[in-house]
Amino acid sequence: MNIAVCIKQTPDTTTRIQVADGGGEIVDDGIQWIISPYDEFAIEEALKLTEANGGEVTIVSMGPARVEKTIREALAMGAQKAIRIDCESIPNDPGVTAKVLAEVLRGRGFDLIFTGRQAIDGDQAQVPGRLAHLLDWACVSVVIDLAIDGDKGTALREVEGGSERVHFTMPAVIGANRHLNEPRYRNMRGIMKAKRIPIEVVQVDAPAPQLEITSYSYPPQKGERKLFENGASDVAEVVRLLREEAQVI
Amino acid sequence: MILIISDIQEGKLRSVNAEVYTAAVALGKETGQPVATVLLGASGLKELAATAGNYGVEKAIVVEDAGLAPFSPDAYAAAIAHVIRETGASVVLMGATFTGKDVMPRVAQHLDVALVQDVINVRDEGGLVFTRPMYAGKVHADVRVQTSPALATIRPKSYKPAEQAADVAVEPMSVSVPAAKVQVVAYEGSSNGKLDVTEADIIVSGGRGMQGADKWGMLEELADLLGAATGCSRPVSDDGWRPHEEHIGQTGKTVSPDLYIACGISGAIQHVAGVSSSKFIVAVNKDPEAPIFKVADYGIVGDVFDVVPVITEEIRKVKG
Ligand SMILES: Cc1cc2nc3c(=O)[nH]c(=O)nc-3n(C[C@H](O)[C@H](O)[C@H](O)COP(=O)(O)OP(=O)(O)OC[C@H]3O[C@@H](n4cnc5c(N)ncnc54)[C@H](O)[C@@H]3O)c2cc1C
Ligand SMILES: Nc1ncnc2c1ncn2[C@@H]1O[C@H](COP(=O)(O)O)[C@@H](O)[C@H]1O
Repeated sequence: MNIAVCIKQTPDTTTRIQVADGGGEIVDDGIQWIISPYDEFAIEEALKLTEANGGEVTIVSMGPARVEKTIREALAMGAQKAIRIDCESIPNDPGVTAKVLAEVLRGRGFDLIFTGRQAIDGDQAQVPGRLAHLLDWACVSVVIDLAIDGDKGTALREVEGGSERVHFTMPAVIGANRHLNEPRYRNMRGIMKAKRIPIEVVQVDAPAPQLEITSYSYPPQKGERKLFENGASDVAEVVRLLREEAQVI
Repeated sequence: MILIISDIQEGKLRSVNAEVYTAAVALGKETGQPVATVLLGASGLKELAATAGNYGVEKAIVVEDAGLAPFSPDAYAAAIAHVIRETGASVVLMGATFTGKDVMPRVAQHLDVALVQDVINVRDEGGLVFTRPMYAGKVHADVRVQTSPALATIRPKSYKPAEQAADVAVEPMSVSVPAAKVQVVAYEGSSNGKLDVTEADIIVSGGRGMQGADKWGMLEELADLLGAATGCSRPVSDDGWRPHEEHIGQTGKTVSPDLYIACGISGAIQHVAGVSSSKFIVAVNKDPEAPIFKVADYGIVGDVFDVVPVITEEIRKVKG
C-alpha cells in the first residue's frame, strides 16, 4: 500500500499572529513553524497502515525551501520518501493547492492520500474534498476511526454531537482528525535517518488564485472588562449585569 | 439569484438554516436579487420548505431522488452543482456545519470556483466581501472571490434569525445523481440529542480546575438551567473527563455563542483562539493572574466550587 501524506507548514499554535501595518498581510518573521497538528494524525495513520500492510509513505508539501525543515520532521516519524512542490509562498487559495497536489500526485501509483481535516492557519478545510474530486476518488474528512479492507473502507467522522459511520470506495483521500490515533514521538534514530532521505523538488505552474484576501484585522475589541475579586459574594451583581447590561441570559 | 443549500439532518432542518436564510434575505435586499433555497433528499421535503418561508425565502426548489439516500457528500455535491447551473445562481450559501464544510469544497471543484468557508459576515461593497476568522479566530480576513457563482459557508451563530413571513413557491426539480463513492450509513450520536457546542447560544465550559469528571454535575446543572451546551478545554477531553465533541479551541471546535462561561480554565492561547468570537465571556478562576481574565468581559476571582453553585442559584432566582 503506497500512501501520500500532504502536510502543510503552519505557525506554532502558541504564535501571536500579527497583522502587518495596513492590514495587507500576516507578518511571518519570528514565527516558529510546525507541521499543522492534524497532519501529524495523518502521518501516524499512514505509518500504521504501511507497517501492517507493507508499502511506503511519501510526505508531500507545497511551499518554499523553508518547508524542508518541516518535511524532515515528518520524515523523522518514519516516512520513506518526500516531495516538496516549489513555490514562492504557500498559496492561501486552497483551490490552487488542491489543483497542484492533484497534478503532482496523479499517476504516481498511490492507493491512499492522507491530509489533515484542515490546516490550522487558513482553517479552510477544502483541500481534501477538492483534491478527491480532481482525482475522481472518494473523500472522507474529519476522520476519527478508519478501517480499510481491499477496495472498500469504513470510517467514523466527527459531526455535531456525535459521529457518522461512512462507507467508501478505494482509492480515497482521508482527512485526519484528532483522536484518529496518537502520533508517535520523533526519536534520535528517526531524526538521523530523515537527514539522509533526499527530498524530491518538483516545479509546477500553479493556476491563478480564484480569491483574494483584501485585508486582515484583529477581531473587534469588546467593551470594558470587569474583574470581580470577591468570588461568590459578587455573583449576584454579575448575574444582574448579565441580564440587564449584557442581556445574554 | 441567491441560492441557499438547506442542511437537513435526520429529516429535520438544522438550526443554522434559519441563520443562513436570514443572511441571504438581507443580502438579497442589499443587492436586489431574489432568494431561493434548495432541499435535497429521498422524500418528504415539501413539508420542510415552509420553514424557509418563515425567514423571507420566496422559493424552494425540491430535489427528491432515491439516489440521495443514504446521504452521500459526493452524490449531493454533484446534484447541488447541477441545481446551481440550472438556476444560474450568482451566490450560493450553506451553513458551515460538518456537512456543509464537507460538501461545499466538492461543489466548488465541480464548478471550478472559489469557496469561502466559515463566513461570519457577508456584504456588498461594490462586489461581495466575506469576512472569515483565520488562525482559529486570532485574526479576521476580508475575502473577495474572482469567480462566479460566489460560494460560501456561513458559520453557525453568526447571524440572528429574523422571522419575516413570505409565501414560498415550491418547485420540484429533477437532477441526475451519480453513483456514490462515499455513503453515510449511520449517525452515532454520543451525546443523545444534546446541543452541540457549535450550535448553542450559551456554553458552560470546564477546564482542569474542575478537578475531575465527577465534578461536572455542577456545570451540567447550570447548563440545563440556561439551555446551554457543555464544553471543555483540551486536557479535560484528553483525560477522558468529557467526550471529545466538547473540546473547544484551536485543535477542537471554534465556537461563537452569545455567552461563554469558562470555569477553571486558564485561558491558554490555543483555548482562547476557539472562543474569541463569543459575544460575551464570563470566567471563574481562583488565580487573579489567569490569562482567561484578559479576554473575559466579566471575570470572577474565586473557587469554582464556591462560585458556580451561587451562579446557578442566582440565575434560578432571576429566571423565577
Ligand atoms: C498544539 C497544541 C494545541 C492545543 N489545542 C488546544 C485546544 O484546542 N484547546 C485547549 O483548551 N487547549 C489546547 N491546547 C492546550 C493548552 O495549551 C493548555 O494546556 C490547555 O488549554 C489548558 O487547559 P486548562 O485551562 O483546562 O488547564 P490548566 O492550564 O491546568 O488550568 C487550570 C486553571 O484552573 C484554575 N483552577 C484550579 N483549581 C481551581 C478552582 N478550584 N477554582 C477555580 N479555578 C481553579 C487554575 O488557576 C488554572 O488557571 C493545545 C496545546 C498544544 C501544544
Ligand atoms: N501547501 C500545502 N502542501 C501540502 N499539503 C497541504 C498544503 N495546504 C494544505 N494541505 C493539506 O490539506 C489539508 C487541509 O488544508 P486546508 O484545506 O487548507 O485547510 C492540510 O491539513 C494538509 O494535509
